[in-house]
Amino acid sequence: MRAEVAATILGMALLTYATRAGGLWLMGRITTTPRLDAWLRSLPGAILAALVAPAALAAGPAEALAAALTALVAARTGNLLGALIVGVAAVYALRHLL
Amino acid sequence: MSTIARTEVAAPEALTFTRAGALRGARQTLPLAASSLTGGLVFGVLARGAELGLAEVALMSTMVFSGSAQFLALGLWATPLPVAGILIATLIVSLRHLLLGAALHPWLARLPTARAYGLLFFLSDETWALTTHHFRAGGRDAAFLLGSGLTMAVAWIGGCVLGRAGGSWLTDPARWGLDFAFTAVFVALLVGSWRGRGDGLPWTVAALVALAAHRWLPGQWYIVLGALAGSGAGMVRDAR
Repeated sequence: MRAEVAATILGMALLTYATRAGGLWLMGRITTTPRLDAWLRSLPGAILAALVAPAALAAGPAEALAAALTALVAARTGNLLGALIVGVAAVYALRHLL
Repeated sequence: MSTIARTEVAAPEALTFTRAGALRGARQTLPLAASSLTGGLVFGVLARGAELGLAEVALMSTMVFSGSAQFLALGLWATPLPVAGILIATLIVSLRHLLLGAALHPWLARLPTARAYGLLFFLSDETWALTTHHFRAGGRDAAFLLGSGLTMAVAWIGGCVLGRAGGSWLTDPARWGLDFAFTAVFVALLVGSWRGRGDGLPWTVAALVALAAHRWLPGQWYIVLGALAGSGAGMVRDAR
C-alpha cells in the first residue's frame, strides 16, 4: 500500500470520527437551558425532514409518488419493513411507467 | 422488523446494553444493509477505475465507514494525490454528524464515557435514524446502535471489497429501485416520529430550507442547513 494513500485514509478516518464524536462532546460542555432543551426536542424531526425532503420531493414524479405511498403505508400500518418494500417496489414500477 | 411506535419524550433513566438489544438493532438494519451493500459495490467498481488497490479500499471503508465522504474523496482522487483537498472535503461533508451526535446526547450521556464514544464510531444517517427511533419509542438499549452499526459496516465494507475485487458485472442499483431504500426508510421513520401539530413548524421549515439548499448549494449542506433552520424554528417557538 502506498504510504501517501494510507496517510490520507488515516486523516479522513480521524476527521470523520471527530465529527461523529464532536456533537456529544460539545453538548456535554454546554450547560442546558430551556432554549437548548427546546432545540434538542425539535432537532431529530428536523434532521429527518431535511434528510428526506430533496430525495422525496425534488428527485422527480416517480420518487415523489413513491414517497407519498411509503408515508401512507407507514402511517396506516406502522410497519417499517412493509413501508420500505412498498416504497422500493413503487419507485421501481413508477420509473418504468412515468 | 418492528412497528413504528408513537414517540414520547425521554425520561432520564439508565440505559441497558444487552446482546438482545444489539440483535434487535441488527435485525432492524438488515433491509438497509442490502442497500448499503449495493452502494458499496458501486464504490468498489469506481475505486478500481480510480486505481485504488484492494487493500486501500478495504482500509478506507473500514476506517472511514462513510459513503458520502468516500464517494467525495473518490471524485477528487488524482495523481498527484490532492491530500489537503480530500481532507477538507471529508470534513465538510461529515459536519452533519455533529448534529446527529448532539441529538443523541439525551440518551448517550447516560452511558459510561468510553462506551458512548466507542458507539459513536458507528454513527451514520441510517444508524442514527433507527437508533433515535428506538429510543424515542421507549427503547432503552444502547447496544441497538452497536448492532445496527456492525450490520451496516459488514454490508458496506463487504460491498466495497467485492466491488473492487470483481464487480464490473454490477448493474446500476437505481435500475432496481434500491437507491430509494434509504429515502423510504427515512420517510417511514419521519411519519412514525410525528408527535402532534407542534411538529408541523420545525418539519416544514426544515424541509423547505433543505429543498432550497439542495437546489442552490453543492454537496450535503442541505442536511445541516435544513436541520438547523427547522430545529431553530422549534426552539424560538417553544422557549419564550
